[in-house]
Amino acid sequence: MKLLETGREANRGCSCAGGKCPAGEPVAPSGGGTLKGRLALIVALAFVWWFVYGMLPAFAGYLAYDLLGLARGSRLGGAAEFFFYDTPKVLMLLLLVVYGVGVVRSFFTPARTRRLLAGKSEAAGNVMAALLGTVTPFCSCSAVPLFMGFLSAGVPLGVTFSFLIAAPMVNEVAVGLLYVLLGWKVAALYMGTGLAVAIVAGFVIGRLNMERHLEDWVRAARPNLAAAGAAEPDEPEPDWAGRLDAGTRAVRDIVGKVWPWVVAGIAVGAGIHGYVPEGVLSAIMGKSAWWSVPAAVALGVPMYSNAAGIVPVVQALLEKGASLGTVLAFMMSVIALSLPEMVILRKVLKMRLLCVFVGVVGLGILLVGYLFNMVL
Amino acid sequence: MLIEIFGPGCAKCHETEKLARAVLNEAGLDAQVAKVTDFKDMTARGVFATPAVAVDGALKCSGRVPSRKELLAWFGK
Repeated sequence: MKLLETGREANRGCSCAGGKCPAGEPVAPSGGGTLKGRLALIVALAFVWWFVYGMLPAFAGYLAYDLLGLARGSRLGGAAEFFFYDTPKVLMLLLLVVYGVGVVRSFFTPARTRRLLAGKSEAAGNVMAALLGTVTPFCSCSAVPLFMGFLSAGVPLGVTFSFLIAAPMVNEVAVGLLYVLLGWKVAALYMGTGLAVAIVAGFVIGRLNMERHLEDWVRAARPNLAAAGAAEPDEPEPDWAGRLDAGTRAVRDIVGKVWPWVVAGIAVGAGIHGYVPEGVLSAIMGKSAWWSVPAAVALGVPMYSNAAGIVPVVQALLEKGASLGTVLAFMMSVIALSLPEMVILRKVLKMRLLCVFVGVVGLGILLVGYLFNMVL
Repeated sequence: MLIEIFGPGCAKCHETEKLARAVLNEAGLDAQVAKVTDFKDMTARGVFATPAVAVDGALKCSGRVPSRKELLAWFGK
């Protein structure tokens, strides 16, 4: 090790050495500052947010009809107004939801979730795993190490699957957006049924005794996992300033990444809003068409969209007479089952287990779709 | 000094590697930076969340991009 004492910070003491550093502090701390300073900034920004949000309808109308000169009541005008109103509105709401989620998520880590799930019995474990799957932050490319971590802690395979199914399916950003755009009932239905599919599908996979369909290297590594896990570092618990920073970081990471999806989703939604005649969708996506649910799932599985992008499309489809069960099934299959995720999971699961996973989850989504079309 | 960055090659892993190199550069430290992208190797080392950083064989953090300050402390500055 060669040390050249030229760095400016060479002699500065670092609080991190004592393990008191807030976890995942921003890469470039925004001026440091105290908890009070952060809270004051949040209050100020909340006022600005509220003011701007109230101006949006007027702004959209002005843009569509006055500035662009589109005729009121025309199809293009309707689509344009929808787009100019929904884009800033959804993005602003997304900002709020993601910030809140970021703060909540700072209370959970994959390691803590794993400790909570270790030693849980099957049924209770499935329920807990599905719930934790919705709030535990992990990067999607971390799915394989996370899977191995669960195995190392002795979490049963079926319980692990409940977690892996719930994590993308019950997307908290989607829940938040559904709540603000379509009301608490739709949001609660989505969340409740998503959790139910994750719990039941995980339980079923656990009952099928699929352990031998794990990849060979996974099975070979299994006896040594507990010993390897001893190397894992203890993550310091963040303080409140650190948690608020986690919210800011979530906004930067997530909103920064998903906004093109949202804008694309709203553009599709605007097109549906302006050009699809009232009620036309009820023939193809309505309750009476029995084949609409399987068609929605078959269409949704290979498609991949960010959860935040699909919500505006869902809103427009519902408005034009599509039934809730069909739309929920479509939305779930788009975000819960995706090709990139399959490719990642294929590294730990043999083809047979991967197919069982897709089959069981797909079947669960299908049942949810039919159930809602029947009940509502 | 050997610095290992664990990650399959996602955005956060690249960010971690870039940051580690930048911190090394600024501090004027000379170290070898190695990337571990194979899941089998990660598992053997007890990495259950990515990105993760190890210095001279000891894991320092996993599941997040570390801060500049933390990296400096781990590099012995």
